[in-house]
Amino acid sequence: MKTTHVPVQIGLIGVALGLLCSGSAARSESSALIDRIKAVSSEGQGNEAAAKAWRELVRQGPGALLELLTALNDAKPIAANWLRSAVDAVAERALADNVALPAARLEQFVRDTSNAGPSRRLAYEWLARADSAIAERLLPGMLNDPGAELRRDAVARELAGARQLLERGDNAGASASLQALFKAARDRDQVEQIAKDLKSLNVAVDIRGHYGLITEWMLIGPFDNRGGQGFAEVFSPEKGVDLKAASKGKNGAEVHWFGYQAQDPLGLVDLNKAIGKNMGATAYAFATAIAPVECPVEIRAGSNNAVKMFLNGKLIYFREEYHHGMRMDQHTSTGTLKAGRNEILIKVCQNEQVDDWAQTWSFQLRVCDSLGGAVPMAVAAAGVNDVNDAAAPKKGQP
Amino acid sequence: MRQWLANAWFGLLVAMSTSLSAFAGDWTQFRGPKGTGVSDETGLPVRWGPDENIRWQAALPGRGLSGPVVVGQRVFVTACSGPLQERLHVLCLDSPSGKRLWERQLWATGHTMCHPKTCMAAPTPVSDGERLFALFATGDLAALDLDGNLLWYRSLAQDYPTIGNNVGMAASPILCQGVLIVPLECPGESFVAGIDKATGRNRWKVERRRDLNWVTPFLFHNGDRDDVLIQSANEITAYDPQTGVKRWNFEQTGLSNIPSPMTDGRLLLIPASDQFLALRPGTDGSKPTVVWRSSKLKAPFASPVVYQDRVYAVNGAEVVNCVDAIEGKLVWQSKRLSGPFSASPVAADGKLYLVSEKGTTTVLDITSEPRVLATNRLEETFLASPAIAGGALYLRSDARLYCIGEKTKAGKDKATRMR
Repeated sequence: MKTTHVPVQIGLIGVALGLLCSGSAARSESSALIDRIKAVSSEGQGNEAAAKAWRELVRQGPGALLELLTALNDAKPIAANWLRSAVDAVAERALADNVALPAARLEQFVRDTSNAGPSRRLAYEWLARADSAIAERLLPGMLNDPGAELRRDAVARELAGARQLLERGDNAGASASLQALFKAARDRDQVEQIAKDLKSLNVAVDIRGHYGLITEWMLIGPFDNRGGQGFAEVFSPEKGVDLKAASKGKNGAEVHWFGYQAQDPLGLVDLNKAIGKNMGATAYAFATAIAPVECPVEIRAGSNNAVKMFLNGKLIYFREEYHHGMRMDQHTSTGTLKAGRNEILIKVCQNEQVDDWAQTWSFQLRVCDSLGGAVPMAVAAAGVNDVNDAAAPKKGQP
Repeated sequence: MRQWLANAWFGLLVAMSTSLSAFAGDWTQFRGPKGTGVSDETGLPVRWGPDENIRWQAALPGRGLSGPVVVGQRVFVTACSGPLQERLHVLCLDSPSGKRLWERQLWATGHTMCHPKTCMAAPTPVSDGERLFALFATGDLAALDLDGNLLWYRSLAQDYPTIGNNVGMAASPILCQGVLIVPLECPGESFVAGIDKATGRNRWKVERRRDLNWVTPFLFHNGDRDDVLIQSANEITAYDPQTGVKRWNFEQTGLSNIPSPMTDGRLLLIPASDQFLALRPGTDGSKPTVVWRSSKLKAPFASPVVYQDRVYAVNGAEVVNCVDAIEGKLVWQSKRLSGPFSASPVAADGKLYLVSEKGTTTVLDITSEPRVLATNRLEETFLASPAIAGGALYLRSDARLYCIGEKTKAGKDKATRMR
């Protein structure tokens, strides 16, 4: 009996090995194709090879989905759009042909928070097209998800529930739910809606702290920006901040650093009030952030004016555009807070436009994680000539 | 035999050329195949409403000021979605039924801030009949074949990080001689690029003045050559589409930086802030000369239309002015229409279609004195310029794409069966 089974067993082992090898070969082939897509670089280099690889990966069908999604985890922005469009094409064509997606593996991929937020979200969206129950199955556990969009949907789902509690008059239940949601929410529309609902229940929340907005600054100015020349000019604060030193400002006047605390609900610093109305002028704002541990951060600013941002003396962002609109976080850059003391400097230039709508000279700035949540740090109040913008003194004005 | 072979070869070439390029009657780019807002279609609907002459309507995944593009039996449209407009969509629909054939999405790689009125899906895509080139205000630029296969992709914001403006980019790309002309004039790195439509790589890139500009480039057939015209607030410049070499430049302050220039085939017709100019370009490459100026014709936002030797423009008071294209003399002025207008008007079959932001389309008979034939209402926000193809108008709102036309026999049969 045994002898008769040997060839069968050998055959089965052979088939298994063959399958393994062919699976491995397919993976290897997919990996090579993905590598070609990831090799795309600036100004369209690598486009032709990537297009061929894209077609071949799409031709492989749903079997390529997990590998494509995994490849998205660390893809750079250009390659990411190649890969995500391949995922879309594969899944769309499979569903059109009534070919099942690998639902269990996709769900596992979504649940695995070691995968990147955007790739998990993409997998989730295709799962949701095939399985309408997926949202109810996954979102309840995603209130603090590291992926922005999954977290947003989870917050939206819970928020709908909290508002139902409000409508039913269950204020205690609604308050508890809303307070938990406030901690979880990151997108501005949700944060502010939740804060508004909480306010209706007489629960105060710290929006500025939630966002990581810096409200205590040291300011100096005005320096010159006539003819727009000041944006490129390196004034003394850019060479190193010495809060006790005077600087030569616009028209040769001596200017000094002074403390300033923004009272605005979203941390807006009105430089026209703080420094004085000036056209063709430049101001600097400086803050010290003490971080308990090294951490990657995003430094995000809003301003109608031309800005440069520096972290620990290094230029991390610039945009020379005036009076085309202001939005919180419109200027975003990344950096790393080192453990201990960090210096944050923003340069804000005002031009000389005479239009009524071109008179604002202001900024707001926050330090947050990639989702927009505050990071653990303390902003050191400089304590030199602190003033409050309600009083609007104009220290430093020549 | 030789003649037969020659005929067969010619026939094959004709067949290939028709299969490999846009058909006459397609609407392939911003303001149609010639960029003039004019269609040769006849038999277009005059009246429509929620229960009349709507062949189909399709929900869109997000907003867009981009106009629809129609190639054969496919309609393409772009959209953007997400709390910060970070999702960019390219959609393909079946033009007879409105069924979605495919959708591709991109993640925005550039700046998504803009004025609330506009959005990241502002530039209209362009097609050569085989491929679709979709540019977004973020600087994301994708080339797809008509079946949704990605041919190439560029993140212009990764390549040139300071592009964009905080109001929102909106100028559309055009095609000329195998080159995709991509306008990116802005307060940052300001340029126009000629991109190889097959590979997505730059053929040329010319620096432009750092300023806001929303004018879509215009292709002018100047004698035996093509000039790509780039109009901005202070100048209009003609470039060689193959090399980007400047051919001529016409400086004039106060030119429009929103509506696009056009031609009647002879003159260049240039909107400016307080007037309208007609230029005759020199065929030897010399600077153009001014043929006429009209202070009566103003086009502050929507691009004008040149149709049958007349120029039509809707002014800020929502009045259409008509001047003759030869001398610039005022022919007539309409009564105030139901505006305001962001969408550029289109002309076909002796009619001018003006789509207001509030969803009212005024159909003007322009065969002689202006006569309002109909005011058709769809209660949505419409900012995109319409398309005309296949006996239908395509109107794109913030939420839907409408195919307006008399029901085809197939459609009527289907409706009867459904009843």
